[in-house]
Amino acid sequence: MKIAVCIKQVPNVSDIDIDEKGHICRAGVVSVFNEDDRHALEEALKIKDALGFTVVAISMGPMQAETILREAMAYGADEAILISDKRLAGADTYATARALSCAVKKIEADIVFTGRQASDGDTAQVGPSIAEFLDFPQVTYVEKIEIENENTFVVTRETEDGMQKVRLSSPCLFTVLSGHNKVRYMGAGYSKDITFWNIDDLGITEEQAGIKGSPTRVYKTYTNKTGTKCEVIETSAEEASDIIYSELIKHMVIKD
Amino acid sequence: MSKDILVFVEIKDGGIHSVSLELLGKAKELSRGNVVAVIIGENAKQNAKTSIKYGASKAFYFDTKEYITLVYTKAVVYAIKKIRPEIVLFGATHVGRDLAPRVSVRVSVGLTADCTGLEMKEDGTLLMTRPTFGGSLMATIISPNARPQMATVRKGVMEKALFNENLFGDIEEIYLEIDERDKRVEIIETVKKEKIKSIDEEDTLIVGGRGIKNDAMYKKLFELAALLNGGVGVSRALVEEHIAPYERQIGQTGKTVRPSLYISFGVSGAIQHITGMEKSKKIIALNNDKNAPIFKFADLGIVSSLEKVIPLLIDKIKKGRK
Repeated sequence: MKIAVCIKQVPNVSDIDIDEKGHICRAGVVSVFNEDDRHALEEALKIKDALGFTVVAISMGPMQAETILREAMAYGADEAILISDKRLAGADTYATARALSCAVKKIEADIVFTGRQASDGDTAQVGPSIAEFLDFPQVTYVEKIEIENENTFVVTRETEDGMQKVRLSSPCLFTVLSGHNKVRYMGAGYSKDITFWNIDDLGITEEQAGIKGSPTRVYKTYTNKTGTKCEVIETSAEEASDIIYSELIKHMVIKD
Repeated sequence: MSKDILVFVEIKDGGIHSVSLELLGKAKELSRGNVVAVIIGENAKQNAKTSIKYGASKAFYFDTKEYITLVYTKAVVYAIKKIRPEIVLFGATHVGRDLAPRVSVRVSVGLTADCTGLEMKEDGTLLMTRPTFGGSLMATIISPNARPQMATVRKGVMEKALFNENLFGDIEEIYLEIDERDKRVEIIETVKKEKIKSIDEEDTLIVGGRGIKNDAMYKKLFELAALLNGGVGVSRALVEEHIAPYERQIGQTGKTVRPSLYISFGVSGAIQHITGMEKSKKIIALNNDKNAPIFKFADLGIVSSLEKVIPLLIDKIKKGRK
C-alpha cells in the first residue's frame, strides 16, 4: 500500500509587509514548508509506523521546492517527487489538482494526504479537487485518524460548530488541520534522491497544464491595506481608561 | 446557458444558514436572470419554501440527513445541469469549502475561494475578489470562458436578503439515484460544541492580542465584555499561545467581524488580523507600543499600559452603574 502526501512550499506569510505605496515587500521573505502540510505528513507517517506503508511526498513548484521534499524525507517519507515544468506556470487550483492527481495515479497511491490549505492562497480547494479527479471519497478538516484495519479508518474531523466521526476505506483522500498532532523531529534522509517529473511524465498535455489548463485568471491585484494614521494619544492608564469610558458612553454601550 | 444564478443554500440547525441569506441578497443584486436556490438536507422542502421568501424565484430541494460530500455533490450538479446557470455561489463554510471544489471539478470549471467582493461586468463576467497572501493583497479573479462561474463567499461580508411574505416562486424536488459509491464515507457521530454566541454576531467586541500575556489577563477581557454586553475576540497570537480557542480568532484564517464598536488591547495589527476587522464601524485600539500598525486602521489610538487600563476601566464601569 502506498500513501501520497501533497506538500507545498509557501512564502512565510507573516513576514510579508506592505510599504507606504501599498506594494508588497517580498525582499527577505523566506519560503517554508506549508504548516498544514507538515501536519498532513505527520498523520501519514503515523499510518506508516503502524502499517508499514510506503510514503511518497509530492510537490509541484519551482526547483527550489526541493528543500521541503528533502525535509519530508528527513521526517520519514520514503520517496519524494518534484513536479517542475515551466509549462505548469500560472496553474490555478483546477490545473494544479489535475497535475497532482496524475502523479498520484502514476505511483498508484491508495491514500492521499494534503494539508487543509496553503497559507499563501488559503483556498483549501486543491485537496477536494484532487479527490474528485481521482474519484476518491474525501474527508476534510481532519483532526485525528484511528486505524481500524489495513484499509479502514475512523476519522475525527472539525465541523463548523463541533466535530464529527466518520468511517471510510481506502482509496481515499484526507485534508489535515494544523495543531492536532505533534510533528516529529527530522532524522536522516535529507540527502536521499528526489525524482523530477515534467508534464510529459504525467501524461498531460500543454493545453491541460499551467495557465492554458486553468479555467480562472487573475484579472487584477491591489492592496487597500495601507491605512491612514489616526489620532494616537500617549497617556497614563488613568486617563486612557477615562477616554475609553467616554467613548463607551458616546456609543451608548453604557449609560451615563 | 441561462442568465440565472444558482445559490447553494446551506441548512444549519434545521434552518437557513446566515451566509446563504447573504448570498441570496447578493445574487439578487447581481442577477440578470433568476436567482435559483438548491437546498439539501433536513427539512429541505420547508427551507426551499422559505428561500423563496428571501428572493429565490425557484428552489430545488433534496431531503436527506446529514451532510455527505458525494450525495450533496450529485444534488448540486443535478441542479446545475437542469438550469445551466451562469454563476453558482456557495458560502465559504466548512460544508461549502468541502463541497464546492468537488462540484466545480465534476462540471469542469474553475472556482474562486473565500470571496469578499463580487461584481458583475456588463458582458456577464463575474469579478470575484478575495484576499490572498494572508490578506496583504487583494486579487480579483475571473473565469473568462468556463461556465458556470463559481465562487465560495466569506460569511459576514454581504448584506442579507430580507424576508418578504409576498414573494412567490416554484419549488421542485430533486430525484437522484444514490448508490453505494456515494456512501463511501459513513458518519458515526456528530457532536456539537456548547453553543457560544459566535464573535461575528456581536455588536461590541473586546479584542485581545499578543499584549494579553496570560490567562488572568484574558479573563479580564471577558469581565469587561460582559459589562458591555459584548463578546471577546482575539488575534492569531493568542490562539497560537493556546490562551484562546480558535473560534474566537479574527482575521484571514479566522472570522470576519464587523461590530459597531471594536476595542482592542495589545493587538499589533498584522495584516491577517486587519482583513478580518477593518469593516468595524468604530475602531479603538490600545497598545503599549506607539508604532503598532493597528493605529493605521483605528479611529482612535491610545498608547498606554494595558495591564493597568483594563482593570481601571472595569472599575469605572462598575462604579458608574451604582
